[in-house]
Amino acid sequence: MKPTVHLRVDQQSVSHTREFDAPAEKVFRAHVDPEIFVRWMGPRGTSCDVERFDAETGGAFRYSILIGGGAYTFFGAYHEVRPNDLIVHTWEFEGDPLPTLETLRFVDIDEGRSRLEVLSVYTSAEHCAEMLAFDETEGGMDENFERLDEVLAGV
Amino acid sequence: MRVPPVGDRLTLNRLVEYCADMAQTFNMTATFHALGDPVRSEIVQRLATQGDATVNELAALFPISLQAVSKHIKVLEAAGVVSQRREGRHRPVHLERRRVESATDWLRSRLDELEARYQRLDEVLAEERNHT
Repeated sequence: MKPTVHLRVDQQSVSHTREFDAPAEKVFRAHVDPEIFVRWMGPRGTSCDVERFDAETGGAFRYSILIGGGAYTFFGAYHEVRPNDLIVHTWEFEGDPLPTLETLRFVDIDEGRSRLEVLSVYTSAEHCAEMLAFDETEGGMDENFERLDEVLAGV
Repeated sequence: MRVPPVGDRLTLNRLVEYCADMAQTFNMTATFHALGDPVRSEIVQRLATQGDATVNELAALFPISLQAVSKHIKVLEAAGVVSQRREGRHRPVHLERRRVESATDWLRSRLDELEARYQRLDEVLAEERNHT
């Protein structure tokens, strides 16, 4: 079975899940060990130059994705890192006023497989206010995107 | 979308491109927010399969008040998913298919981007497995 990403879009967040043919411990390690991290982060054909990488609670990171002559630099702070379980960090593109808060969960499923659950929350105040205005008209409507695929398929 | 088109420096053009990208993401979240509700998705479904309908016709589909259904239509309209035009005494609700399609395209490109990244991780995990 080919693993695929499942994506959900909410009011102020984007989340996705992806299954791996490896236990949570290994997938977690690929996120916190800079030597492994640089081997997969960034589009194919690019390289990753790590300047700082302290993947622990209170730590921080800064790395650049190198492509041609250009460099895309990203940085953030680790707010919580729980081995083989959870990573909470901020994420920002250098020069971008819109950082996101990323929550990554590593969950074992069965027979050496695991699932990665990622939630990215946008912190734009304008966007937030716009979305809150929506909510006022609805009185906390339950967000349910399960039927979205059906809807989109029917159009 | 996460990786903006930037080289060594942020040139004005690239910044504008990037802002447009960001704006698109926000539009998309508004669109998905509008679609991600059982009543509203039912309205979209109905318009997609049977064409334009009046507010009264749409309200007849649900056990909720005409006023509540009108509010849902307003949310869809604000997100650009539907539009209303005057036709004599009626104001039929029309599905903006292009809007829904562009949301689907956006979703697809996000998925492709993430899948490409994770395929690299798959390979790294497989290599790690062989080493140990």
